[in-house]
Amino acid sequence: MSKKDFDVIVVGAGPAGMAAAYVLAKAGVDVIVIERGKFPGSKNVMGGIFYRKPMDDLIPEFYKEAPIERHIVEQRMWLMDDVSHFSMGIKTQKHNSEPYNCFSVLRAQFDKWFSKKVVEAGALLINETVVTEPIVENGKVVGVRTDRPQGDLYADCVIAADGVQSFLAKSLGLRKKITPNKVALGVKEIIGLSEEQVNDRFGIKDSKEGVTIEITGPFLKGMEGMAWMYTNKNSVSIGIGVIIDDLINHNMNPNDLLESLKNHPSVLPLIEGGETREYLAHVIPEGGYKSVPRMYADGFMVAGDAAMLVDSVHREGSNLAVESGKLAAKTYLEARESGDFSEKTLSRYQEKLEETYVLQDLRYYKNLPELLEEKRYLLTEYPQFLIDAMTEIYTVDGVPKPEKFRKIKGELKSRFGYIGLAKDLYTIWRKLR
Amino acid sequence: MKKLRIEDKLYLVGYNVDHEYSHLGISDSEACKTCEKKQCTYVCPASVYSWDEKEQKININYDACLECGTCRFACDYITWKYPRGGFGVAYKFG
Repeated sequence: MSKKDFDVIVVGAGPAGMAAAYVLAKAGVDVIVIERGKFPGSKNVMGGIFYRKPMDDLIPEFYKEAPIERHIVEQRMWLMDDVSHFSMGIKTQKHNSEPYNCFSVLRAQFDKWFSKKVVEAGALLINETVVTEPIVENGKVVGVRTDRPQGDLYADCVIAADGVQSFLAKSLGLRKKITPNKVALGVKEIIGLSEEQVNDRFGIKDSKEGVTIEITGPFLKGMEGMAWMYTNKNSVSIGIGVIIDDLINHNMNPNDLLESLKNHPSVLPLIEGGETREYLAHVIPEGGYKSVPRMYADGFMVAGDAAMLVDSVHREGSNLAVESGKLAAKTYLEARESGDFSEKTLSRYQEKLEETYVLQDLRYYKNLPELLEEKRYLLTEYPQFLIDAMTEIYTVDGVPKPEKFRKIKGELKSRFGYIGLAKDLYTIWRKLR
Repeated sequence: MKKLRIEDKLYLVGYNVDHEYSHLGISDSEACKTCEKKQCTYVCPASVYSWDEKEQKININYDACLECGTCRFACDYITWKYPRGGFGVAYKFG
């Protein structure tokens, strides 16, 4: 038996790491969380919405005390070109009462709160410390090296929740090299407005209620990406995430892209006059199921973004992080009963995740990243067709409706060809089976 | 809305700059001279990298880094580590 300072070392105080630490501390496990930032959340950027369910299972009714911005009652989806957007969405009062569905949050504040709960539960939190590498003895992870003097720490098990860069999983050879076609850069601004302005502009009655807008389509000029707007209490988060390979190939500067988004005629009225309070950037793992690494080794598990757990179709990530952190902790608790932290025992962690919606959702979309890489036009030409068709239908110009429908049909044929259309539909159907 | 430059926006970001150590580097600066795209100079959201025509090298303004890691995915020659513990970007909102 080698040295041991703690039962478990958790690397990274994001949602995955803190969910793991919370479960462990509550079960009486001696757990340390190591965070490189000044405080948990200081390096983190929210590029989505915080879903209630996994967190609520962990800390019931957390939303009553956590620093959330607004609960989301309306989610809009826009297909946008340079001058138009075609809007779909759902607004429902079913999401306007407790326990709510999801929330807008600001991560620097939310994660800080979460870390307080984790410390209250009994975990030790160390900030301003970088874990530089895993310590491996006889093929087993026995601890981590940090950038502090005499900074080696030993434990039965290390849970790597060190984010998308995940140097730990990489150094253990669990993960392949991440290529720029499998990651997106998200850039974001927090634009300050008054509560009333946010309410009026987004059609909100009560300052507790919030709206999200996701935007894709031909305004991205053939790049694969998604823009978003989320209402906070007295600000709007506006951002755009684009596959890094596409930025490179289009000679595109991410800030220029964000600025043109802000000045789009559909977007501008929602944020005009607001003052930018913060500018942020973060990378999003978009490789999906096929990029998920083996998530365990002897004495080691990987959770959250570090395990590439992002569902980019439904912009879910932090909820998957919480779920994976919880399951990593539960796997540790089971392993502790037999005192066996071998790869074989910890492989139950990935099996558990396969049984939940986390990997089932990602598996469902497993072919999507490649499909969109092969057929970028799916994100441009079909949305453009829809925008044009809707514009035609809503334009009253004396042209009889049958003629309009013939024209739309003609456009469909000339742009895609019926065979091309059938092929695309078949490919999408086959890839999503 | 007035277009904001990256420089304007970086003023809004909180940093704890490490004056002794750069966490960014380039493993082979010769490679930059023949690099056609020099993508690091435009994909970085903080404009950390700029091409110095006179010196024929990339200048790295590491204290503006937002630690997203885009550059390390965009170029294999960029050596990227986390800043030392406690240093670097510190978001207020996130």
